[in-house]
Formats: sequence, C-alpha cells, structure tokens
Amino acid sequence: MGVISNGTTLLDAGALDSGVPTGKLTLIKTLTASSSSTLSFIDGAASVVLDDTYGVYIIKFINVHPQTNDTQFGMQFNAAGAADFNETITNTIFKSRQEEDASPAELALDVGGVLSQGTGLCKISHPVGNLANEALSGHVTLYNPSSTTFLKNFISVVNHSYPSATADVDANGQTMNIFTNGYINTASAIDEVKFQFVSGNIESGTIQLFGLGASA
Amino acid sequence: MAIISNAVTIADAGAFSASLGSLVHIKTITSNGSQTTMNLVHGSGGIVFDGTYSVYRFDWVDCHPSATDPSFEFQVGPASNTSYNQAIVSTFFQTQKMEDGTGAQDGLGYLASYDQVGTGYQKLNGNIKNDNDGATTGSLFIFNPNSTTYVKHFMAQAISMENANPRVVTNPWIGGYVNVTAALRTISFRFSSGELDAATIKMYGIKSS
Repeated sequence: MGVISNGTTLLDAGALDSGVPTGKLTLIKTLTASSSSTLSFIDGAASVVLDDTYGVYIIKFINVHPQTNDTQFGMQFNAAGAADFNETITNTIFKSRQEEDASPAELALDVGGVLSQGTGLCKISHPVGNLANEALSGHVTLYNPSSTTFLKNFISVVNHSYPSATADVDANGQTMNIFTNGYINTASAIDEVKFQFVSGNIESGTIQLFGLGASA
Repeated sequence: MAIISNAVTIADAGAFSASLGSLVHIKTITSNGSQTTMNLVHGSGGIVFDGTYSVYRFDWVDCHPSATDPSFEFQVGPASNTSYNQAIVSTFFQTQKMEDGTGAQDGLGYLASYDQVGTGYQKLNGNIKNDNDGATTGSLFIFNPNSTTYVKHFMAQAISMENANPRVVTNPWIGGYVNVTAALRTISFRFSSGELDAATIKMYGIKSS
C-alpha cells in the first residue's frame, strides 16, 4: 500500500519514498566493549555495511577506556578478501595538549608514531590514561572505502586523557587533542576496520559506525 | 493505527519504524538582538540534553557581536547548577590568513591565552570583528554528557573574520574535557563582552541506536 498526500508519494513498496527527507547520517552499527581485545566492523557480518552503500563513513568513539594504563589507541584495515589487518598506510599526526596544572601547553607535530608505508597499527592517540574517569572520545572519517581507483583518505580527531600520576609521565592529567590524517595506500576496496589498544583490552566504551550521504 | 506497506511496518504506536536518519535536530535558538547569553537547558522548551543521545552537536551560525572584537565562548552546567562554572581543561590552536596576502599575520599556532585550566567560559573564537559582514560560525561536539563516570570530552572548530587591518580569516580548533563526573544538563553560549546582535544556534543529537 502506498501513502500519497497532495499528489506526493510518501511511502510505497515497504519503504519511505526517496524524496522524503530522512537526514543523511545513518547509524549502521554500535559496538560495546567489554574487556575486548579488538572491536571490528566487517562488511556483511552482523548487519554491518562497509561498501559502496555510502560514500563517506564516520566512526565515533565514546568513552573508550583502556584496561592498561598509558597505552595508545589505533586502527587497521582489510581490503576485500584480506584478513590480516595489515594494509599499507601513510599518515601524519599532530597534537594540541594542555596539562591540568596549565603547563606545558603546546601544538606540535608528532613524527615518532606515524606510519610511512607501514602496515602496523595506525595509532590515532597518544597514551591514554585508565583512571576511573579517563577515556578517549572522537571520530574518524573514512572517504569512499569502496573505490577501486583511488587510495582511501581518512581524517581522525580524538580527545583523551593523558595518563596521570604514573611514574613515567607528569603527575598531572592532560587533555590531548590528536589529529591523525592519512591514506590507506591501496586501490582495492576496503571493507573491514578494527580498533584496539597497543597493549591490553578495551575495557569499556562504545564505537559506532555511521554512513553519510548517498553512494559514491 | 499502524502504517504497513508491502508487509513492512513503516509507522506504529506513534512512531516511525523506518529510519529517519541518525542526526536529530533538537532545537534552534535565535538571538533577539539584545541577549548577552543563549542557553540550552534540558527539559526547557523541548530541549533534550541527557542520556537520550551519546553525542551532541551544536552549530552556531553567523553569530554577530555588538562589541568590537569579543570572543565567542561556552560553558556548561549540571542539572542543579546554571552558574556555568564547571572545571575545564582545554587546548586551542588556530590557522590564520590576512586578506591582503602579505603574510603578515599568516600562520599556525597554539594560543595559550585562549586555552583554559579553570572554570571560566571556554573560548571558541577570538577577536571577532563586528563589521556588518563579520560573524563567527562553527561546530562543537560534546561526548556523552550524561556520564557519571567519565570526564566529558569536547571538540570544536570555528571560522571568523578577525579584528585586524587588513582583516584576517581565523580558523580555531579546540579540544578538551569538562573535568567533572556529574552529568551535564545545560550549556551556555555568549560573547565575552556585549550582546549577541544576531545569532543562531542549532542543537542536534546523534542517535545511539
């Protein structure tokens, strides 16, 4: 049954008509960590869509909390048919940080943790603290992962608590605003992404996959 | 009454079953031209600012100051506090380009005078020139303000015309956290001096499910 109002079809054949505005940001999947070693979005598994359905994907991190103190958060990808999460990545990282006692505060390029045609974990944070109120939040935007022509650009912005009261870092907590931008240097379609800490599990937190706009 | 099309339930029990998108517009507020603050308070005027959404987005659009070159800024409060004085730890950097192309004020740099370890309003954009065509525009994300466990992370970026001669385009980037574990329920925007001659602030929730 269709519903037609004033000559305009609002719905038919089991779906809203494409002319009905529904917003262009679509929640695809929510993952919740529970002492998880990794969290992954795999196209075609568990209702995950990571293909040419959307031209842009946004992945949001909400209070991702590490089991281990002082460890970095990162991501890797698989091209269609691959399974080892070791795609070639080149990226930049810079940080803007501020300590809770107001010193130091700085903006700086981070050359130590980047990948230059590397296949390891692409780190998108500095070490994250695991005190009870410390966590990481932010988002990564992945552009046109289904392209079989172009490399895959990504932009990540996160904010997190830097470890406090540990022997190897400052006694005070810090806010870390980390910008990680780069590309997955493959012309193959990307259809899987995983997230993890360098050491220890993701004790808690939520990671959500959204699709933006129309297909590429 | 349910609306069922081709055996698919589109709407039932007063709600749509079909996806209407995950970015939900909650509220738009507009300055009356003489306001010194613009506040969004949970439970007031249809505003939802609680655990309904895990991420909230605020877009400020063409906020024009009455004063010559104030900063645009925000603060937050829990339900029992509308004094807007929560502890904030933040970073602030910006890129700039002068209109005459000389490079005299071009650059990328950290602004220690605009970051914060304190309880004041957090600057989102500074030295906004109040020429007739001058205004600030930008976006602010606040993550999980309803948490009673974690600090509340936020990230923002803005764009405006700075008070310089020649004028300067300024693009600030702000990140930080509200260093409290109490749930947040209110947010306030203002210029550091003067009134909001003209301003529109849009509040959105990003669906969790």
